[in-house]
Amino acid sequence: MKSKFALAAFAAVFACGTAQAQQINVKIGVLSDMSSLYADIGGPGSTAAAKMAIADFQKTNPNVKVELISGDHQNKPDIGSQLANQWFDVEKVDMVIDTPNSGVALAVSQVANQKNKLFIVSGAAASDLTGPKCNANTIHWTYDTWMLANGTGTAIVKTGGDSWFFLTSDYAFGHALERDTMAAVEKAGGKVVGKVRHPLNTNDFSSFLLQAQSSKAKVIGLANAGGDTINSIKQAAEFGIVKGGQSLAGLLVFASDVAALGLPTAQGLILTETWYWDMTDANREWTKRWQQERAGKFPTMIHAGVYAGISHYLKAAVALKGNVSDGKAVAEQMKATPTDDPLFGKGSIRPDGRKVHPAYLLEVKKPAESKYPGDFYKVRATIPADQAFRPLKDGGCSLVSG
Amino acid sequence: MMFELCIPEILGGKCIPSTALFGQLLIGLINGSFYALLSLGLAVIFGMLNIINFTHGAQYMLGAFCAFVLLQTTGLGYWPALIIAPIVVGIFGMIIERTMLQWLYKLDHLYGLLLTFGLALIIEGMARNKYGSAGLPYTMPDSLRGGQNLGFMFLPNYRAWVIFASLSVCLGTWFVIERTRLGAYLRAATENPNLVRAFGINVPRMITLTYGFGVGLAAFAGVMAAPIYNVSPQMGSELIIVVFAVVVIGGMGSILGAVITGFGLGVIEGLTKVFFPEASNTVIFVIMAIVLLVRPAGLFGRRA
Repeated sequence: MKSKFALAAFAAVFACGTAQAQQINVKIGVLSDMSSLYADIGGPGSTAAAKMAIADFQKTNPNVKVELISGDHQNKPDIGSQLANQWFDVEKVDMVIDTPNSGVALAVSQVANQKNKLFIVSGAAASDLTGPKCNANTIHWTYDTWMLANGTGTAIVKTGGDSWFFLTSDYAFGHALERDTMAAVEKAGGKVVGKVRHPLNTNDFSSFLLQAQSSKAKVIGLANAGGDTINSIKQAAEFGIVKGGQSLAGLLVFASDVAALGLPTAQGLILTETWYWDMTDANREWTKRWQQERAGKFPTMIHAGVYAGISHYLKAAVALKGNVSDGKAVAEQMKATPTDDPLFGKGSIRPDGRKVHPAYLLEVKKPAESKYPGDFYKVRATIPADQAFRPLKDGGCSLVSG
Repeated sequence: MMFELCIPEILGGKCIPSTALFGQLLIGLINGSFYALLSLGLAVIFGMLNIINFTHGAQYMLGAFCAFVLLQTTGLGYWPALIIAPIVVGIFGMIIERTMLQWLYKLDHLYGLLLTFGLALIIEGMARNKYGSAGLPYTMPDSLRGGQNLGFMFLPNYRAWVIFASLSVCLGTWFVIERTRLGAYLRAATENPNLVRAFGINVPRMITLTYGFGVGLAAFAGVMAAPIYNVSPQMGSELIIVVFAVVVIGGMGSILGAVITGFGLGVIEGLTKVFFPEASNTVIFVIMAIVLLVRPAGLFGRRA
């Protein structure tokens, strides 16, 4: 009789155990630029990284079922927020990730807040996402304009580049990057002598470069991204800007941009990133797997951020036993748990939604120094996690008390 | 002589010295020569075939990609590419004309526009699928590196070459179409193909070759652009809308109109980049709207 009772108790415990490991369902949407200037820094490569994150997580957690969808926001904030609305309401998506283009990301962040869902930003840069425009439903993973400005801007002023002229992309991202870099330059003792704002997707920069040239600034800061940065650097070489003694500061340059410029044009460029594929064995191994889907390309820090963001999100989903419909609660859980993944190592998410990890000041190699495809950078300095991002109290985020 | 040029306070009140202004005017002319080269091809195709060739941007992109592939696979550099790419892309255009476009001449313009727009999307998508969207490296030929110091600005040799090549091609094309017997046949064939056929001229073949030539011009501009602009699948679609505005302002089908408007708008856009850079990608459309209100056929349009 006694043994029968014990058996029943054991069965009950076992049943509980299985109930705990019961099926968890989540749905993730990769919202990115799939077909235009940012499609190589995010785009299909982000979807590939998301698939890898899900597959890796399911190896240890086979009870977690993840549905993945992806969409193209075409760099238009209205299309992006419309798609996010539809995903949250109709498709029952629990979390949206990636979203390069700060204009779109700021719009989607609002939508996630209204619908109480979760938004993990890897692709967009504006530091406002965890500053004045922060909310409890948004986590900013990979990098931001303050970190870029602080890394590249400060380093260049310290090596003598103390007067700046900005070429700025005329939308949320460019404005944020220009503002943050100006602050970093002035803090380090430099001054800003001029700036010009150009429309997104400008083909010809010669007029702007001529203005920069006649400003006599020592450094021309490129507060733009993607094709705009590539065009600026290519044409600056043509107009003899660097030969004339001025130097270029690419404030946001990705590995894919360096590949598009070619090392002969890009050599010597100083830039800041938080992840580089050729830095550790874990990164190289991950890149090899990523390239099975994206042959001949090299992953950017945005792709790595999508992978790491989803990994951490799924851990939170398991901890919450699959109750992921309350976006604020999931964000709370993610902030409460330290992060740990093979690409960014150990780190944490602050109350304002900012994920912190080290940043790296990199220099593009000379063609002779590059030994294999994708061998782009030398690491000049490592900026520790506690200095890489804007101090919590300075952001003006309403989630931070005091 | 030094003086300063200022714009009214309401538009920002920015001033620049005259020397800088000369530099900006020259830059405007250079950019205008790109517009002229591209709008020339469009004007030829519209004038002779009555097709609004929305594939033009994609064909411009194909020209640049062709130069890249030639360099990668055969090691042929910039100068051979300047000849080979237009021929290859031109032949590709003629295949499109023979297999698809020729059935649309008698239909409304809209059909040609839709077909060529669809083709442009397909070509662009295929290029993106194969090469990605970030762009491909293409370096400048050594013979055109460096530049001249003109006193008021540094003029890269490559830009001087662009302006020279573009002007020669534009004038040559205008001369052939307006001043030679071949051009006369062409113009006659557009007006009344049956009559011209009765004189023993193979009109369909002439039309095919004309389309091939127009497409070749786009590819030529693409190779010209490769060393200084980012070679990416979307390079054409970014430019083509502006070029269409140029053609509309100049007057659809008017070759001289397209060329003059191309240069003129390049200058206006250049000045906008100095005084009010935020508006530099809208200024051409503002002008287009005004011109269409005042002269619906465009500045140099033949038909009312």
